[in-house]
Order: sequence, then C-alpha cells, then structure tokens
Amino acid sequence: MSRASSEEHELIESGKPRTLAQTLREKPEIPLAVVLFVGLVGGWELAVRLFEIPKIVLPAPSAVALALWNGMQGDFLKHFGITFYETIAGFVLGSATGLVLGALISQFRLLERTLYPYIVAFQTLPKVAIAPIIVIWFGYGVTSKIVITATIAFFPLLANTIVGLRSAPQEQIELMVAFTATRWQVFRLARLPQALPYIFVGLDVAIVLSVIGAIVGEFVGAQAGLGYLILQKNFNMDMAGVFAILIVLSGMGIGLHLLVNAIQRRVVFWMDGSSDRVMGA
Amino acid sequence: MLIEVAGLNKVYRTREGEDIHALSDVSFGVGEGEFVTVVGPSGCGKSTLLKILAGTLRRTSGGVHMRGRPIDGPSRDVGVVFQAPVLLPWRTVLENVMLPIEIQKRDREKFALQAQHFLKLVGLEAFSGKYPNELSGGMQQRVGISRALVHDPALLLMDEPFGALDAMTRESMNLELLRIWNESKKTVLLVTHSIPEAVYLADRVIVMSPRPGRISEIIKVDLPRPRPLEIINSEAFGRHVVAIRKHFQSLSALDA
Ligand SMILES: Nc1ncnc2c1ncn2[C@@H]1O[C@H](COP(=O)(O)OP(=O)(O)O)[C@@H](O)[C@H]1O
Ligand SMILES: [Mg+2]
Repeated sequence: MSRASSEEHELIESGKPRTLAQTLREKPEIPLAVVLFVGLVGGWELAVRLFEIPKIVLPAPSAVALALWNGMQGDFLKHFGITFYETIAGFVLGSATGLVLGALISQFRLLERTLYPYIVAFQTLPKVAIAPIIVIWFGYGVTSKIVITATIAFFPLLANTIVGLRSAPQEQIELMVAFTATRWQVFRLARLPQALPYIFVGLDVAIVLSVIGAIVGEFVGAQAGLGYLILQKNFNMDMAGVFAILIVLSGMGIGLHLLVNAIQRRVVFWMDGSSDRVMGA
Repeated sequence: MLIEVAGLNKVYRTREGEDIHALSDVSFGVGEGEFVTVVGPSGCGKSTLLKILAGTLRRTSGGVHMRGRPIDGPSRDVGVVFQAPVLLPWRTVLENVMLPIEIQKRDREKFALQAQHFLKLVGLEAFSGKYPNELSGGMQQRVGISRALVHDPALLLMDEPFGALDAMTRESMNLELLRIWNESKKTVLLVTHSIPEAVYLADRVIVMSPRPGRISEIIKVDLPRPRPLEIINSEAFGRHVVAIRKHFQSLSALDA
C-alpha cells in the first residue's frame, strides 16, 4: 500500500523542478557525505593544532591545501603530464595486447592450451618485483614506465575478453549458424558485442591499475613524474607536498575511472548500470 | 515432397564414451506448404531432428533431403525459431529481423520492406525502432518469427516456439501463426510437447516416443481450416487428442 502510494507521489512530482528540501529528502547521502567530509577534515585540522603534531609526521589539511596550491602554480603540472602520459600509453599498450591475445585465445583452443601456462606464470609474478629489471632494460625515461604499466593493464583485459567472448548463449550461436553465418560473422555480430560489458569491466580495472603501474615505475627509478616527485618531497620531509601529490594522483585515478564508465554507458547502452562481470585482477 | 527423411539415425557419444541413441530409423516426408507438427515427451529427440534438418547437426546415418538435395549444412532456404527468442539486445527490433539478410548478404533495401511487412503481420510495426528489452516475451518471440521469415525461406523450423509463454499468449500466438502460415504459404515443421497445440496447428502430427527416439505414429488431422480457437472444444478435436495421448498412457511428461 505505502509503496504504491509513494510511487504515485513520485509520478505526480516528476517533471516539476525539485526544491532543495526535496532533494535532501530523496538523497540523504548527499548532506551526510558533506557532513562527514567537513567533520573529518575539521577534526584532522583540530587534532594537528591541538596536539601539536609535527608537520613531518602529519601535515594539517590547511598546509596540504597550501602545498597543493603552490604546486599547481609550480611544477605539478609538468610532472602530472608525464605520469598521465605514462599511464595512458601503458594502459593502451597493455589493454590492446590483452584484448587481442584474449580474442585469439578464446577462438583457438590450441592457442589457449599452449599459451595459458605462460600467462598464468607471468601473472603470478609481482610486477613490482620485475619493475627494476624493466628499468634496466628500458632505461630511466618514460619507456620503462609505459612497459611496467602495460604489464599490469594486460591481464584484466585478457581475462575479461576471454570470458566475455565465450559468454554468448549457445542458442544464439546456433541460430546464427542456422542462418548460414560464417565463423567470422558469429564473432563480429554476436560474440564481440556480447563481450563488451566484460571488456569494459577489464578496462575499468586496468585504468586504475595503470596509475599504480606508472607510479611504481617512477619509484624504481625516474627523473620526472608524480611518483618521482613524491620520493623527492619525502626525502626533503615535505609531508604536506607528498599529501598534495596524493590528492592529485587520486584525482587522476577517479577522473579516468569516471571517463571509462561514461564511455561504457554509451557503448554498452543496452545494459543497465549494475554490472556483475568478473574482475580480472 | 519438400523434405524427405529416410531411415534417419542419430547417436550422440558422451564424454564418458557412452552412446545415446537419440533418433532411431526415423522416416517421414513433408509436402510443399504443409504444416507438420512433431509431438513427444522431453528427450525423445525432437530438437535433435530439427537441428539435423536445420543443418547444424550431423546425422549418424540415413537420408535427409530437401527438394531432392541432401542436407549437409545450414541452408539459406530455411528459417528457424527456438524456444528462447534469442534476440540481440544491442539491435533494434528491425535490425534483429534483418539479421539473416545481413548474414546472407542479401539486398538490404529490398528486404527492409519485407521485414516491415512481417513486423506488421505480427502486429509489431510500431515497435521496429525499439530494443528487445522494451518488449514482452510474446512480442520478442513474434520478432523471432519475423526474423525467421524475412529472407523468404521455403521451410520454417520451429522448436517449441511458444513453450516459454503463458497459456493465454500461447493461444493467441497459435492463432497468429496459422494466419501467417496461411498468408506466406511456407512449409512449417513445428516441435511441441503440447498435444492440443500439435493438433490445432497441424495438417499431420508426427508422434514420437523416447529411448530410442522413434516415430510411433503419423496422424492426419482432418479438421477444416481456418480453425477458430473454439475448435479445441469440438468432438473431432478431442478424438485426435485421444488418439495421440494413447501413445503416452504410461508417460506423464506431456501436457494434457
Ligand atoms: N549434445 C548432446 N550430447 C549427448 N546427448 C545429447 C545431446 N543432445 C541431446 N542429447 C540426448 O539426446 C536425447 C534427445 O534430446 P533432444 O533432441 O534434445 O530431445 P527433445 O528435444 O525431444 O527433448 C536426450 O536423451 C538427450 O539427453
Ligand atoms: Mg527439445
């Protein structure tokens, strides 16, 4: 009863501009989130001042904000650009490789049986552990960071592509074959579109991991980039600077994640938002 | 005869190396323009038979001919409908109907008119730009039927096409199918496990029994056409149903 009447209520109201009070009533998480954020940051600021915590241990939010502001005027942008480039290039390289290899493996059993042991072995290797080797092979410049990022972005795409390309219902395939579809037509018209939701889950995981990959690469040895900058500021005990860079980094991660999601909603328009695809990492 | 099946056998070999005799010495013919139904309990080889006719499953032995030529693979002259509509969710209704045209690289412009025609025939002309998830199960199945007809095949193969629908929708779909059959002059072979449905639709009913799947009887249905839905209450209809049901006295797997 109450459900029906509340739906009716919504129907009548929809279309009219919402008042602030209405929005607050329908989305109580928004004011809650604001309160939580203000409370956390305020409490942090207060704690730092009250207990006189040294700024090399924990900088006050105000100090972080100031460092962020100064960094933005200074060299943050340059280093951001480098890390961003490494992230994107590594992401594209790794996910494209994973996608193509996944497509081949899903279609040719022989390839799967021959390649899979190597792929599993490679995936179980911690990429942080092989990063120093890659830096030696590819140098201290951006190339080694791109390669490290690619090794991390590779697997989520590979795994999700394989599962996705095999997810088309058997009846669907049989129907297309009965209509005289060739193997390539079945792949193009049914398997590939069917795999897209899975592929996007892979892309989403991979893009976030790619930021980590670029930073790991820069930690191992670099002359520029946000990871390099973190190490430098850490060395100089500029904690506020380190925190400011962390904010920039998480901003980059969130931004890229949202971008992938926005593209997904456009491309995979027939699926509703909730995705229950396999994760790949 | 459009279709001739003679001494057809199908043996499945399972992974454990066990043989399953799905079809045993099956022989029958289907004339041009005829509506033939196949009825039998689950597991008696109905789908197997249909897949062999559709050319998607290899037979073990025996002859299967269409217009005198052996069926050794899928044919452009066949349309199929399964129990699940299996529409592509990223394609509009019209694009789904056009799938066989695209696969067979036929003239799209010409057949788009044909697609519209069949959508109109199943009462969905207003839905051609909609996506499958905006349609009910019965509507989706009607799209599936349009898709099976769009390339103007000589033979329509249907495997329990209304099995997933509720009784009311099912009845109206039966009525609609007869209307389409009457207008399009196709040959139809339809599999069902409902005896009344088999009788209502058919010129002839092939009655099958399981283990191994074989034909028990082929019953000619001499009910006049067109057949209104009320015909199922007639005495003549009941006689046909009884004649078929006596083959399944010991089996309870069939609908009344
Ligand atoms: N791919 C297969 N492998 C092994 N056995 C099968 C396979 N497909 C069907 N069968 C067996 O063949 C028999 C007939 O199946 P089917 O043609 O699907 O029957 P129906 O459509 O009448 O229910 C059943 O016993 C079934 O288990
Ligand atoms: Mg079946």
